Amino acid sequence: MIHVRGLSRTFVAAGRETPALLDVDVDIAEHEFVCLLGPSGCGKSTLLNIVAGFLRPSAGEVLVDGRAVTGPGADRGVVFQEYVLFPWLTVTGNVEFGLRLKGAGGAERRAIVARYLELVGLAAHAEKYPVQLSGGMKQRVAIARALANSPEIILMDEPFGALDAQTREVLQDELSRIQRVEHKTVLFVTHSIREAVYLADRVVVMTSAPGRIKQVFTLKLPELRDRFAPEFTQYESEITRVVKEEVAKVHE
Amino acid sequence: MTRTRALALLGVLVAWAAVSYGNRALGVMAPALLPTPGEVAAVFADTVSDGSLPRHVGTSLARVGVGFGLAALGALALGLLAALCVPVRLMLEPVIELVRPIPPLAFLPMFLVWFGLGEGSKVAFIGYTTFFPMFVAIAAAVLRVDVTLLRAAASLGAGHVDLIRRVIVPAALPGIIVALRLGFALALFVIVGAEFMGADAGLGHLIMEGRTFFLPAQIVMGALVLGLLGSIVNASLLAAERRLFRWREQTI
Repeated sequence: MIHVRGLSRTFVAAGRETPALLDVDVDIAEHEFVCLLGPSGCGKSTLLNIVAGFLRPSAGEVLVDGRAVTGPGADRGVVFQEYVLFPWLTVTGNVEFGLRLKGAGGAERRAIVARYLELVGLAAHAEKYPVQLSGGMKQRVAIARALANSPEIILMDEPFGALDAQTREVLQDELSRIQRVEHKTVLFVTHSIREAVYLADRVVVMTSAPGRIKQVFTLKLPELRDRFAPEFTQYESEITRVVKEEVAKVHE
Repeated sequence: MTRTRALALLGVLVAWAAVSYGNRALGVMAPALLPTPGEVAAVFADTVSDGSLPRHVGTSLARVGVGFGLAALGALALGLLAALCVPVRLMLEPVIELVRPIPPLAFLPMFLVWFGLGEGSKVAFIGYTTFFPMFVAIAAAVLRVDVTLLRAAASLGAGHVDLIRRVIVPAALPGIIVALRLGFALALFVIVGAEFMGADAGLGHLIMEGRTFFLPAQIVMGALVLGLLGSIVNASLLAAERRLFRWREQTI
């Protein structure tokens, strides 16, 4: 359970204060998949970075299971846009990184690594180094690494943003399948409306900078989604209209 | 590749032989001033068979080893500390920037005054000379470590010690090894200078003895042995690097 309360964040650059987030309140229920959507620079990544504990808020707080977030921790797994694998470790070494920190034994580690590499379809690549993998494979490793550490919460910062359109859809399918197995609490930042409607239980649309909550859509769609179903495209066009208003403001 | 290199080396040898034996035949300058490959080889054979060359090499390498080893340990510890701890960095930076541009040889007489004519002055001088470039390069390598790698590790549960041991050191290791390789080359560079003054053994002393007793072949032989030692050490360190950092290569 994540509570975001009155969260604001201001960046200071060259002596000038720029507000990035302004008084944001969001609650994310257990096992809920929430997508943060908004125009570039609306502060959605800033919000995720504060929940992850990488950034301090200027005002307000983030509570995870009632406790205030003061820094990064193993209870909140993070998947980054630019993969961020440890290049000196093999796929296995990356996936078991958190398990080693916890002091898990060899047999336990091997079992967990095998399970998650199977889940993301990389069992055949366990001994490869990141430099030998494609972008899509790297992001699968990053997802397996986050899951293997068994956090309650997974934070994903435009995880498929650097991938080509085909790979992107394949990974969306896989993430949706994984979520039906793992039931994590997920905060997922994206600027793809289609991606948000495909994955989310709830879509939170933010305003252009400084970022505030503009509108929240609770999606009444089946767990397994069809990108061409009329309800799907209806949500898509509805949310597109709301996001477009904000994008237009950026260009004014 | 290896054949081209062998041919190039052979070419240099042939050119040297042509010039030196040509000089001998035509009498351009006094033959003693331009030793031939044969003369140098003869000095090499003599000094090897009477055991003096191995002794000189051993003495020089021991001084280089101890001086470089101490400097490397110091540079590693302080380099890490300076990179990780901002106040230390701010304090060290002006001092280093002041001392670093002074040619180390300018201080060699001071080392003789402080540490006497024995091993102490040579070891201390090599340590002093190699410390600064290694320190600067190691601190820079640590500062280059991608902050998102640290974030990824912290989100998997890494504490401060884990971050240093499992992320910062392996991520900076390629840069650290390059710093050590350059430091070692520099140590071989300055050992000769240190042994020119007040030494009774070592390759620098052997070369200086060649000057004192007018034995040009001995001077050239000493210089060639130094070159050979440097190449061997450099080649083996490069080979070790390639083994150690296989993860950087596209194809393994």
